[in-house]
Amino acid sequence: MLKELITPQNANVFVGKLGDILYKAVDQPLGMAINWGRMWSLWPVHIETACCSVEFGAASSPRYDVERFGIIEAFGSLRQCDLVVVQGTITRKMAPRLRLVYDQMPEPKYVIAMGACAITGGLYFDSYNVLPGIDGILPVDVYVPGCPPRPETLIQGCMLLQEKIKRMKAR
Amino acid sequence: MTDKLIPTKQMPPGLQVDQVDDRIMTLNVGPQHPGSGHMRIIVRIDGDYIVDADPDPGYVHRGEEKMAEARNYILNIPHLERPVIHDSCNILYPYVLGVEDLVGIEVTERAKYIRVITAELNRCIYIQYWLAIYGIFLGHSTMFMWPAGDRELLIDLMEKITGARVTHSYFIPGGVRNDVPANFEDVCLRQVNYFEKRIKEYADVFYDNPILKARTEDTGVLSREDAIRLGTTGSVLRASGVDYDVRVKEPYDVYDDLDVHTNVLKAGDSYARSKIPWLDMIESCNIIRQALEKMPKSGSIRTKLKPNPKGKDEEVYRRVESGRGAAGCHIISKSKPEPYRLKLSVGSFRNLIALPYLLKGEKLGNMPAVYWSLNYWPVEADR
Amino acid sequence: MSTAETTPPPKATPPEKVEASAPSFEKSFIDQITNHFSDDVEVEYIKENRTRVNVKKEKIVDVAKFIKDNTPFDHAESVTGVDFPEDKEIGVIYHLGSYTDPAYSKQVLALATRVPREENPNPGNDSTKLSSLREIFYSVEFHEREIFEMLGVYFEGHPDNRRLLLPEDWADLPPLRKDFTNKGR
Repeated sequence: MLKELITPQNANVFVGKLGDILYKAVDQPLGMAINWGRMWSLWPVHIETACCSVEFGAASSPRYDVERFGIIEAFGSLRQCDLVVVQGTITRKMAPRLRLVYDQMPEPKYVIAMGACAITGGLYFDSYNVLPGIDGILPVDVYVPGCPPRPETLIQGCMLLQEKIKRMKAR
Repeated sequence: MTDKLIPTKQMPPGLQVDQVDDRIMTLNVGPQHPGSGHMRIIVRIDGDYIVDADPDPGYVHRGEEKMAEARNYILNIPHLERPVIHDSCNILYPYVLGVEDLVGIEVTERAKYIRVITAELNRCIYIQYWLAIYGIFLGHSTMFMWPAGDRELLIDLMEKITGARVTHSYFIPGGVRNDVPANFEDVCLRQVNYFEKRIKEYADVFYDNPILKARTEDTGVLSREDAIRLGTTGSVLRASGVDYDVRVKEPYDVYDDLDVHTNVLKAGDSYARSKIPWLDMIESCNIIRQALEKMPKSGSIRTKLKPNPKGKDEEVYRRVESGRGAAGCHIISKSKPEPYRLKLSVGSFRNLIALPYLLKGEKLGNMPAVYWSLNYWPVEADR
Repeated sequence: MSTAETTPPPKATPPEKVEASAPSFEKSFIDQITNHFSDDVEVEYIKENRTRVNVKKEKIVDVAKFIKDNTPFDHAESVTGVDFPEDKEIGVIYHLGSYTDPAYSKQVLALATRVPREENPNPGNDSTKLSSLREIFYSVEFHEREIFEMLGVYFEGHPDNRRLLLPEDWADLPPLRKDFTNKGR
């Protein structure tokens, strides 16, 4: 019967559905393992947007060394990244570029809003060229407050994101 | 050398439809690129050689100058240091000096010395960060780790003085915000001596490294005449053999009592431009030691300011030497508590004009080495 | 930190309102400029190391060329644009400095001019125009581009009057004009 159902025309559709069925079957037992893998290999895309990148750089320095948590080594190719750390102010000129970067990244992807400017516009609440927070253009997972946040705060934010991924449903 | 300066740009590269050439390719570097930071450089390349470069800044333009017109002289302090948060004392310095001129208050001797010491510490912190990024741009990971680690020592020191890691808001018109902690002199001297010992070791791993020399020597050469014509400043100017440092030429606060040596190199290439900031750090350590010796041991650190001070009806233009060159602040005041117009003339913005001229004729692979050797910080240039 | 705040030291006597006369050093180049342009320029000595030359907008290229050729001022440090809505004018101030002559390294010469201002600006197509000094001082290139977008002053003869810092789709007033206000202010 299966042979009759599958014709060369609908073979692709069938394989796609089969993938979904398999995925669902695998999700329950193996979802934890998938999430575990994602948790410890978060690669942030290398996009600096404002002055918080100084503290982002300091977080990679030998004193704070966030790589021991399996996170944060700013990486060149956005096709292989799954995390955007929005490092500060988003201006009207940068906003379309940031969205473009986000859209090009493969699923699943996570966003950390770092600094007061990325959360609400911060000190630049009345500036003509600054967005009042990035919520309008990106779905934010974790907010890291501070102006700029200390590296410890950023590390805590990253660990919160890992916690969140752990409890997420693996897709 | 002069024909390098003849302008060839008419249209944004890539839009010249009638001049499309198979050999010329337009390449967008940034704003998402490991070798660009927060700006975009549109380069046109012929094979591996850059024929035209067009910097496109403005990705961090936050309208600081417009915001300053709606805030009074004290409220302006925190947001005016944000353009360069890791050099916040120096970027705030010309503004504070200008406001002191406008309001007409004197600064006590001890406050002047504390300002000079913190400004020099902050210059070291800035240059260390710049050097770390320069190292990673050139693929030299050790040179990221060493300065990024060593600058934390000075950040600790600044944190003890001001209470914040990078955004100090420490200078205010009339002095500094709070006094230095007890036995500051000993701690500072110890840290600075150790720091100087550490940065001298960078010569072995970085500046005498034959691979670095091969990559940076004779790339992006800026002659003395061009450096003056293009109005560059700071390390770019001094690497091209012009002896100009605002600390020496137009001393502010107590720099005329201190013995400041200006580092000048003749070569004008990327190597010289990357070496000048490092020499400046060693000079900063000397200045801090002198200032610690001459600083009055006690006394007032702040002249009290009237709340909401009004400026006189005049203009001031004050300059200081920041980590990236001369930083000027032009304040036009109209007898109001807010400035009528405030203009920051910063080193990064002035050095940016040299980038297209330096990149023409270079190999694409040398672009990060030339670009970051301009001592450029995009956030500051955009303001 | 009990010494943190003490009584202010005795205030310096308020400066008297007298026309400051220039010291001999500044007088040399002030005289040089005034002798050559007699009525077209107005040179005032503001304070130590700061001199200001007010010039009409038609004469700015001539004056700048004269300063470049006959005095050691060789580069422009900064260009400031200011809006004066009550005068219906926009001020443009070039700050010139000298690298070549060590004696002049302290001096900053402000070359100031005013251009007419229009109520409904149409940058590039209205009367708010000024001759570019880029051929004389190369370093003003980006500064003039910034003033064009921030205040709408079109620089004639500038090879590259494109937008520099503002977003490409900016369609509002030039933001540094006084009638443009930030939200909430």
